[in-house]
Amino acid sequence: MSTNHRGIVVDGLVRTFKGDIHAVDDIDLEVAAGEIYGFLGPNGAGKSTTVHMLTTLLPPTAGRATVAGFDVVAQGADVRRNIGAALQDTALDNFLTGREHMDLQAGLNGLAKSERASRGTELLERVGLTEAADRKVGGYSGGMKRRLDLALALVHRPSILFLDEPTTGLDPQSRSALWDEVERLAREDGVTVFLTTQYLEEADVLADRVGIIDRGKIVAEGTPDALKRDIGGDTVEAIPADPHDLERAGEVLARFGEPAAHSPKGAAARLSQGAEQLPDIVRALDDAGIALAHLQLHSPSLDDVFLAKTGRSLEGAGEETEAAPEQAVPA
Amino acid sequence: MIAELAHQVGFVARRSVRRTLRQPALIVPTLVFPLFLLAVNASGLGAATKIPGFPTDSYLDFAITVTFIQGAMFSSITAGTELATDIDTGFLDRLQLTPLRRVTILVGQMAGATTLALIGALAYLAVGIASGVSIKSGPGGAVVLILYAVFIAVAFAGIGATLGARTGSPEAVQGAFPLMFAVFFLSSMSMPRDLIAVHWFRTVATWNPASYLIEGLRSLVITGWDGTALWRGLAVGVGVLALSFWAASRALATRMART
Repeated sequence: MSTNHRGIVVDGLVRTFKGDIHAVDDIDLEVAAGEIYGFLGPNGAGKSTTVHMLTTLLPPTAGRATVAGFDVVAQGADVRRNIGAALQDTALDNFLTGREHMDLQAGLNGLAKSERASRGTELLERVGLTEAADRKVGGYSGGMKRRLDLALALVHRPSILFLDEPTTGLDPQSRSALWDEVERLAREDGVTVFLTTQYLEEADVLADRVGIIDRGKIVAEGTPDALKRDIGGDTVEAIPADPHDLERAGEVLARFGEPAAHSPKGAAARLSQGAEQLPDIVRALDDAGIALAHLQLHSPSLDDVFLAKTGRSLEGAGEETEAAPEQAVPA
Repeated sequence: MIAELAHQVGFVARRSVRRTLRQPALIVPTLVFPLFLLAVNASGLGAATKIPGFPTDSYLDFAITVTFIQGAMFSSITAGTELATDIDTGFLDRLQLTPLRRVTILVGQMAGATTLALIGALAYLAVGIASGVSIKSGPGGAVVLILYAVFIAVAFAGIGATLGARTGSPEAVQGAFPLMFAVFFLSSMSMPRDLIAVHWFRTVATWNPASYLIEGLRSLVITGWDGTALWRGLAVGVGVLALSFWAASRALATRMART
């Protein structure tokens, strides 16, 4: 059954593996056409398993999902015609050139001979691989491989693009170039982008909305700003130059908001009215005769959201679940 | 439908051939090892031709067939490791995301192994003739010999593809090579069946289908046009081809779980 929703609709999707491992555990989400959706979570959270189900490579255990209006189980071929995917492994053939990859992908997607060459040249140019187009991929850098992977996913002009950790292992420059291209695809070409990442900054910069997944369940969803707002405002932390002033510094800050987590040498408060209180705080501390070694204003990050929702930091969470579900995704 | 399938097979096959021809590590062993073993056997086992009833007075003529079979085994391993590598690296997933049909992948992937088998067979025949091998069935027989050897290689490639699709591990496929060699060792590879003195060995060689593949090929070199030997060999080849491709198709269906 197809629906009129041209984006992605997921309803109660479940995937279990042998040993009663719930890799994806009853998730619901909706991605509007033309939206960039960031799917954020640590290693083993269930991100790739979800992508494999939405791209028809893995049948769900339960639940339902439609992509571009087509059911991922009953209308797999229709789904595949409408999507492009760059999966976690770049999966390129080291013995073929970039141009040969484009020709193969275009040919298998049914493009006519005349269109194959022009489309390949156009996309290779767009991702900055024109000069390397006739070199074997085995000699490409990680960033070049990722860019070729992206170009291959776009050959047949898909309306929905799945990118599974597209910038993992890339240097900052390559990462930034890829972000620009993804942004351009969504904003100018109207492509819907479903992007999984374990990088907070990537989700923050690129995504219109973010879904945070942990241990197979979506623990939070919304725009990055809304998610951060939900867990509270900015915090300010003051570290006195003289450690004996620590208690008094805490009393001063308490006038501006609730006490918050702080380092052993400092005092902190969650500001009730945000950053605009900062000048008043500096004046109050000065009036109290407290000299400062350090004063820091901290805005909530998506890591704070993850911490608030799961009790763990995103940075370390992957190690705990390293050998869990995602590693069990069959080919 | 047929045109679309042929179109898809063409793309997968072209990639398979390109990959194979760009890997000297696949081509060199296929050419060198069978010819090296032929040289060792022909020089060391020449005295076997003096056994009463031995069908030829040149052991080189007798043994050249084994070279083609070994080439087929290399092709089989190549087909398996190439498919397993595609599974291992995720390239199969890339193919699965296109409108490609399963049968297309299987048939197309065989192209590289088939090309390798053809290169090998031509090289073995050229080296054999240069070394004094005489093809009793004449030039026409030499052509049939090449086609027959490639056909056997394709049938064996199905075995390699089955292993590749089942395990998804190139190393596991390569590990099967000694097993295949053992199957041929227990055949009429080194001695005509009626001259094998050890009873159990002769019984095993008689029941071993590999003997008939070898004897079919060998008949073209040392006998001429022997319809019975050719028919038996062809029947075994068709059987291996059908079974191995059925098994490979099933293994690939399990591996390709797309909806």
